[in-house]
Amino acid sequence: MKRALILATATVTLAAIAIAYSVLAAAADPAGPGTALDTARPGRLLFRDESGRVASVAATDPGGPRQVSDTSCQRFHAAAGTAVCLISEVRSGLPATSALILDHDLHETRRIQLAGIPSRARVSASGRMVSWTVFVTGDSYNVGGFSTWTGILDTRTGYPIINMENIQLYLDGKRYHAADVNYWGVTFGADDNLFYATVATRGRTYLVQGDYARWEARVLRADVECPSLSPDGTRLAFKKRSSPTTWRLHVLELATMRETALAETASVDDQALWLSNTAVAYARGGGVWSVPADGTGTPSLLIPHAGSLTVSG
Amino acid sequence: MYVSTHRLPGRALLRSVPANVLALGLVSLVTDVSSEMVTAVLPLYLVLVLGLNPLQLGVLDGIYAGVTTLVRLAGGHVADRRQRRKLVAAAGYALSAFAKLGLLAAGASVGALGAVIAADRTGKGLRTAPRDALISLSTPPERLGQAFGVHRTMDTLGALLGPLAAFGVLAATGGAYDAVFLVSFCVAALGVVLLVLYVRDRRESVAAEPLALVSVLRDRAFRRLCGAAALLGLVTVSDFFVYLLLQKRLDIAPHLFPLLPLGTAAAYLLLAVPLGRLADRRGRVVVFLGGHVALLGAYLLLMGTPTGALVLVAVLVLHGGFYAATDGVLMSVAGAMLAGGVRTSGMAVLQTAQAAARLCSSIAFGALWTAWDARTGLLTMAGGLVLALLTAWRTTR
Repeated sequence: MKRALILATATVTLAAIAIAYSVLAAAADPAGPGTALDTARPGRLLFRDESGRVASVAATDPGGPRQVSDTSCQRFHAAAGTAVCLISEVRSGLPATSALILDHDLHETRRIQLAGIPSRARVSASGRMVSWTVFVTGDSYNVGGFSTWTGILDTRTGYPIINMENIQLYLDGKRYHAADVNYWGVTFGADDNLFYATVATRGRTYLVQGDYARWEARVLRADVECPSLSPDGTRLAFKKRSSPTTWRLHVLELATMRETALAETASVDDQALWLSNTAVAYARGGGVWSVPADGTGTPSLLIPHAGSLTVSG
Repeated sequence: MYVSTHRLPGRALLRSVPANVLALGLVSLVTDVSSEMVTAVLPLYLVLVLGLNPLQLGVLDGIYAGVTTLVRLAGGHVADRRQRRKLVAAAGYALSAFAKLGLLAAGASVGALGAVIAADRTGKGLRTAPRDALISLSTPPERLGQAFGVHRTMDTLGALLGPLAAFGVLAATGGAYDAVFLVSFCVAALGVVLLVLYVRDRRESVAAEPLALVSVLRDRAFRRLCGAAALLGLVTVSDFFVYLLLQKRLDIAPHLFPLLPLGTAAAYLLLAVPLGRLADRRGRVVVFLGGHVALLGAYLLLMGTPTGALVLVAVLVLHGGFYAATDGVLMSVAGAMLAGGVRTSGMAVLQTAQAAARLCSSIAFGALWTAWDARTGLLTMAGGLVLALLTAWRTTR
């Protein structure tokens, strides 16, 4: 009898703590009604704020007043009136991830069901090509293993590729076959056909240049992750392993294949975004930073408590 | 009225299982709700909230396997040397419970998160062998298979409920991961309370040897059992690869991927008790090896060309059946074999041998898949499985 009493007391106490904390956590959610955002309106910086919602500030005054929308995304990117928003949600008690394609008013036009955890999202400069990366892990973090699934959607034809791992890959000029290829971080060129991406196989990561129409990709160099093509199409920003635990931002000039390390010396885990032809932005430590693209200068905090940066227009 | 003892209805089944086993089952159920809550959301939390990349996630995954192994053997030794199984198990459960609070405190520091995950896994390493030893010491030898079957059923039920609870909390709080961790801690604490209140320690005479490990390994039959388990572990493809292969071979839509582990768990849940009882009647080693034949069947189906829902169901049932016929059954084999005073150490050695072998198999299969393709990898593993089964059949009988 005494045991039952102790158990009942413990159960009630623990349940009260759990419920009280959850109620407080739910109340702390600052989600109020949002305002309308237009991703095609030039002169704004769009980003994901600390509550997960898409927000915007004036590009000339990033510290100024913020407009916050009702749209929540785990990864977000937009260009020329097309936006991609990756969300993880619970459907029928199970985790589910989707890529939402949004118009310039952030209204959903298409929903593609995926699995895994949102990792990267990009829209080509014209707004035509959309790509995303999710990765799936084993059902237990005690049992290792993960796999990335990168998809590409051509919004003009409406044809989605859910996992691009069957693309014909060439390494050192030879057709390369391996079942363990994992792609992530796609960036498209101005013609909406040429693209760059990361491929990992046999424990190494490589930069690949891809041709969407021919559905082939060739390896350009090793130890590179998450490329991002400059607006003028002449340079790639990417992160490159500089020590076993440090990934440092570099810019590669495609004409000369010369690499320059950027002034940010801290490890960066993000797909860089070109603010213009002379500066790149990236997420680090919970905020968005910017640094000159030629290796000079110093990094500066552009927007605190933000991620998934996009230049509107 | 005549009631067949071969088909016990639920209530009679529960009455035939010792109260201590039911108490341990309840502790495992509650604890698994707690730990699977965290497991379900941790990758999301690490990536979306803290911004870790897949490589860092992989490092957090794998680095602590060695630590856990040592802790398991040390915990088994202490439990046997002092004959304090409940105390060591309770320490393990409590450590894992506090690790949930550690997740709240670690914030975004990858180093601190690594330490917290290591503590959680240390707790798991500490508790598993004394718990299984307590189950076997509380049960008459002829009903060990059934007792482990009931325990593993309750354990798996908790594992199935955990993710539901986690996503329920996330949905109710608008995505507050800290609330998930705190609720998980409360549930884990309840598990510790249940253990302290309702599980009774079983003490045997202290082992004659100061190091129980030595006397355990001096037993030839037990050495052979460990060898057989390790050999079979070397050719056991890890779950994640099985699901990935299923997804690729059957072209399953990615959004259905999270359902695959549920299929295995459901089959495990339904088959653990019947197969445990079968093991008691027809021979535990036979059922243990039979489980690996089911695994071989799953490999062959994964290699074959037929596709469709039937293959999917067959693979998942075989996979879940493999766990139901091997996980608890192996512990019941060991329980009947090991002297009471050294049982925890023996089980720790056995679990460690199996876990280490499966880790090697994961690496080997990954390498085979990479160097050739998944089919070659499966073919190699299937061939190895046949050889390992023949060897195990000869050495363990």
